[in-house]
Amino acid sequence: MHKLDVCGLSCPFPVIEVKKALEAGQLPLEVTVDAGAPRDNIKRFAKTSGLKIKEQAGQPGTFVLVLSKE
Amino acid sequence: MKKILFTGLIIGAMGITLTALGNPANMGFCIACFLRDIAGGLGLHGAGAVQYLRPEIIGLGLGSMFIARAKGEFRVRGGANPLGRFVLGFAMMIGALAFLGCPLRTVLRLGAGDLNALVGLGGLATGIFCGVLALKKGYNPGRAVAQPASSGYVFPGILLALLAALLLRPGFVIFSESGPGAQAAPILAALVAGLVVGILAQRTRLCMTGGVRDMLLVRDPHLLWGFGGILVAALVGNVIMGYFQLGFANQPIAHTAHLWNFLGLTVVGYAGVLAGGCPLRQLILAGTGDTDAVITVFGMVAGAAVAHNFGLAASGQGIALAGQIAVLICLAVLSWMGFGQGLTKSKKEAA
Repeated sequence: MHKLDVCGLSCPFPVIEVKKALEAGQLPLEVTVDAGAPRDNIKRFAKTSGLKIKEQAGQPGTFVLVLSKE
Repeated sequence: MKKILFTGLIIGAMGITLTALGNPANMGFCIACFLRDIAGGLGLHGAGAVQYLRPEIIGLGLGSMFIARAKGEFRVRGGANPLGRFVLGFAMMIGALAFLGCPLRTVLRLGAGDLNALVGLGGLATGIFCGVLALKKGYNPGRAVAQPASSGYVFPGILLALLAALLLRPGFVIFSESGPGAQAAPILAALVAGLVVGILAQRTRLCMTGGVRDMLLVRDPHLLWGFGGILVAALVGNVIMGYFQLGFANQPIAHTAHLWNFLGLTVVGYAGVLAGGCPLRQLILAGTGDTDAVITVFGMVAGAAVAHNFGLAASGQGIALAGQIAVLICLAVLSWMGFGQGLTKSKKEAA
């Protein structure tokens, strides 16, 4: 499992970092994010990239998204 | 998509309604103009025609805070290059006052047939493109970290103080007696409109620079639907209300200096991408505990004060040479920040 922490980054950096990781073939990818807007953006990006998204509880104030192939 | 389109339609409709209720023409909502009016109302600049404590701004920030709290998204954070964010907010305002409106007013102006707004939109897209190029070349915005909980209430506290000043009208607050600053919808209507838009914009993440940015970066059209919704509602509303007037000349609170309309919004788009969002989005983020966005809003207010004190802001007659030079300086500073690591950490420093 590859891990990516995008907490504290302003838009659109979280989704850019995810895009870079996916382009580098890092799958499955566990992304930790701490705000609603980047979480939505990453989920939308993963969906249009044809990936499966699983959302898990993270540390308080964070969300963990696990992106993997269908 | 449905939610953000709906939000756009509501914002466009509210823009028209606020104008019908007394706000200046094509200025039902304008983040830059309203922050400029607030700066004037507090005596930070002396332009007598644009001084008023706009309740829409108060409502936007408070609405965003309420909904963020209710949805568990109120998180106090900051420290991602605050000085850089101040400069970006400052530049955004200089650019917006060269054009006479933020991206939101640009769409409302276009919906009323003001073709100068089309020129401005070309500039906005160009600025966003420059910002995206900077991101691709490695522009580093810094990383925000948790801040003391009390810091998150400074901005809402300021908004409540502004509301108190608006209602109690103490002697130090200045209210325009003529000009756009004297044209205002009733306080309650403007406040409610601000609250509703603040809530909707927080939920949908509406951003007027984010739409084109996300299309260029990740082919994501989501935010453009909001942009489209505002335009459609404004267009229909303006036609119904008889405000629609197609052309370049004699448009309300606008000028026809095409180059400066274009470059003014180039600055706004460019700064908006580097700062992570347009003026509206900065205000919404500021309500959710993002103290860097608060600093960006402070930068906008300071920019408004300087723009009017130094004669940099445009008027219906056009833009003075000083304003033109200021726009060019802003473009240079943004490029220095975006491509030359000005005010930002290099990769080595960030590591």
